[in-house]
Amino acid sequence: MKALLVALLLMASPALAVQPDEILSDPALEERARDLSKGLRCLVCRNESIDESNASLARDLRILLRERLVAGDSDAEAVDFIVARYGEYVLLNPPASGSTWLLWGAGPLMLLLAGGLGYGYLRGRSKATASDQTPLSSEEQARLDDILKG
Amino acid sequence: MAWGAVAPYDGTMITELGHFALILAFAIAIIQTVVPLIGAQKRWSGWMAVAEPAASAQFALTAFAFGALMWAFVTSDFSLRLVVLNSHSMKPMLYKISGTWGNHEGSMLLWVLIVSLFGAMAAWFGGNLPQTLRARVLAVQAAIGVAFFAFIILTSNPFLRLATPPFDGQDLNPLLQDPGLAFHPPFLYLGYVGLSMTFSFAVAALIEGRVDAAWGRWVRPWTLAAWIFLTIGIALGSWWAYYELGWGGFWFWDPVENASFMPWLLAAALLHSAIVVEKRESLKSWTILLAILAFGFSLIGTFIVRSGLLTSVHAFANDPERGVFILMIMAFFMGGALILFALRASVLEAKGVFSIVSRESALLVNNVLLAVSCFVVFIGTMWPLLAEMFFDRKLSVGPPFFDAAFTPFMVLLGLALPIGSAMPWKRANIGRALRPLRYVFLLAVAVGCLAFVIQTGRSLLGPVGLFLGAWVVMGTIMDLWGRTGRGEGRLRRLTRLPRADWGKMVAHAGLGVTMAGIAGLTAWSQDEIRALPIGGSLDVGSYTVQLDNVERLQGPNYVSTVGSLTLFQNGKEISQLRPEKRFYPVAQMPTTEAAIDYNLARDVYVVIGDEQDTGGWVIRAYIKPLTNWIWIGCALMALGGMLSLSDRRFRVAAGAAKRATPVPAE
Repeated sequence: MKALLVALLLMASPALAVQPDEILSDPALEERARDLSKGLRCLVCRNESIDESNASLARDLRILLRERLVAGDSDAEAVDFIVARYGEYVLLNPPASGSTWLLWGAGPLMLLLAGGLGYGYLRGRSKATASDQTPLSSEEQARLDDILKG
Repeated sequence: MAWGAVAPYDGTMITELGHFALILAFAIAIIQTVVPLIGAQKRWSGWMAVAEPAASAQFALTAFAFGALMWAFVTSDFSLRLVVLNSHSMKPMLYKISGTWGNHEGSMLLWVLIVSLFGAMAAWFGGNLPQTLRARVLAVQAAIGVAFFAFIILTSNPFLRLATPPFDGQDLNPLLQDPGLAFHPPFLYLGYVGLSMTFSFAVAALIEGRVDAAWGRWVRPWTLAAWIFLTIGIALGSWWAYYELGWGGFWFWDPVENASFMPWLLAAALLHSAIVVEKRESLKSWTILLAILAFGFSLIGTFIVRSGLLTSVHAFANDPERGVFILMIMAFFMGGALILFALRASVLEAKGVFSIVSRESALLVNNVLLAVSCFVVFIGTMWPLLAEMFFDRKLSVGPPFFDAAFTPFMVLLGLALPIGSAMPWKRANIGRALRPLRYVFLLAVAVGCLAFVIQTGRSLLGPVGLFLGAWVVMGTIMDLWGRTGRGEGRLRRLTRLPRADWGKMVAHAGLGVTMAGIAGLTAWSQDEIRALPIGGSLDVGSYTVQLDNVERLQGPNYVSTVGSLTLFQNGKEISQLRPEKRFYPVAQMPTTEAAIDYNLARDVYVVIGDEQDTGGWVIRAYIKPLTNWIWIGCALMALGGMLSLSDRRFRVAAGAAKRATPVPAE
């Protein structure tokens, strides 16, 4: 529960996430900023994006991101700017590079493996013959009937 | 509340008795583990018979210990360390009670209480089980109890006293002082820990060396019950997060949430594979493995939440005692069960013969998808740790990853569900099975297209989600209708179908409704943030929110800033909203209480924030389409499970308890 409490403490807020004074006057730019901030981590929080967070550091990052966008950065440039300063830890969506390929590939690989194993099993079952089946003993049959009858 | 800090308190002994009962329960659990196991091995009836009274006694003593702790909370006994840290005399009674499990020690006591409750239930209702199997099931269940009793007594004793009791307590975290969260942990634990029963059945069957149709039938109600509780627990937690955390998120892919979601996925898989064991005597070793893994994920979840490992490696290093203890419990039970599995699985050969196109295969597809999606959640949850340990990379795995990596499996699952459930056992004619679904498919596509036309130029998420929801819901209704045969009197036959058929339909439809709800909410949310002066208003979608007044009020243990707002749609007043911002002085914590105008089509969600230096108050307003579908779907899933659980087959299995005679020793 302690872990949960810490998480909740950090989620709770004296203020709300995005403040009115941060919002850019250009709605298109603001929408880009909102989208990007959903993928950036509030570094002092747990699994929370800067868009949702109330921490002052998240506010600083939101303002920084908006400054970059206003200065004419593309989405990728603005994000790179922040990653260069705070490390890839700041990205909630781990980039598919290097060892992270393992993370992204794990699901599909597992699906292939499980699918293959499952298919092998099904092939085996469909080829098995009915003679594999051992009948119930008379005692078991009686109990089964008893249960089924209620 | 009538219970003041100064009220004379004369029940001191109860705490000591509770403490004593806990230790006694520990001792009984040891006996219940050892004696019946030996008895079952040697076929000594008397030794095996120890298990049942022991299970009852263990439960009664644990319940007494838990009651004693609750008594201490209710009477605000501040000589108990735990009560001081987690309660306050001014707290409302409901939260004094829920404070019992709103902390580490108390929640672990709840954990073992549920372990022993399930053990006792198996003793009471397991009369139709063969004697040796029953003795072994109860022994394994007690062994789990032993481990956690030891954990509580050695590392997390809730009954520790303080030499000099303070006048008042430090209060429960205000965020937890909420009806939704008061009942979230007990349900979640009933689910989590309920899987211990399935685990005990699996291990007992491995020791026994026998898994047959009857085993499938015995184990299914326990899995079903655990899954229903998990469903309710997760839904309550998600609903609470939605209205309490102040921005309307319902799922964060937080490790603590994932910890409860992984057992849910595996329990769902297990439910389905146990059907194959029961009806077709196939997939046996896989089902046993799933039963072991499902409880394994419950233990992993407990470990994640209790050790704080994933919150921060430092928190773990500073206080590793508890984490290491749970890790040892996990290693013992998982290692032991898996070794046993490796040794004995070959005994469990499949008997049923079926073609590749059959319901057996469809259920296997369900299992593959659920198990792999669980694996994705698992690897995503553990990856930050693994990456740091093996690749020296410090990175985050957040919601964007899970959304992208997990969702495809759910889409596949939704697509496959109506097709799979239309398949007959053994050998299916795919054309005949799919024929009734043609119109359903066309109708579902039409629903998706309609959604695409109504929304303008946005992502495919919403339309695809609605298509899936419609496909699953209508497909499953079609399936139920198909069971009524042909000709006259179909409606009458519909009402007479077994409850399990209805349960299947309702639960599957619930999944479809939840899928549509999640897609709608994710795709079509709108929000607006403004600083409003009194009398000012803001527009969001076709709605207008007007701030009428802001006042400060005093609550029982908090002070509150309450905004009064009027909600207009297209200029017409539709409701009054009163969002609050509370401050709890004892805990020095603020909380937000959103005001929500609930509706089947959408929620209007309003939050009040700080007063601005420039004048006015920060108001956030959200339109959240289809949100309630998420929880309605969860409720339907739980209801479907309950219908299934009340089916005659299972009632018969339970009701047969009194008549059954023990199987004579071989």
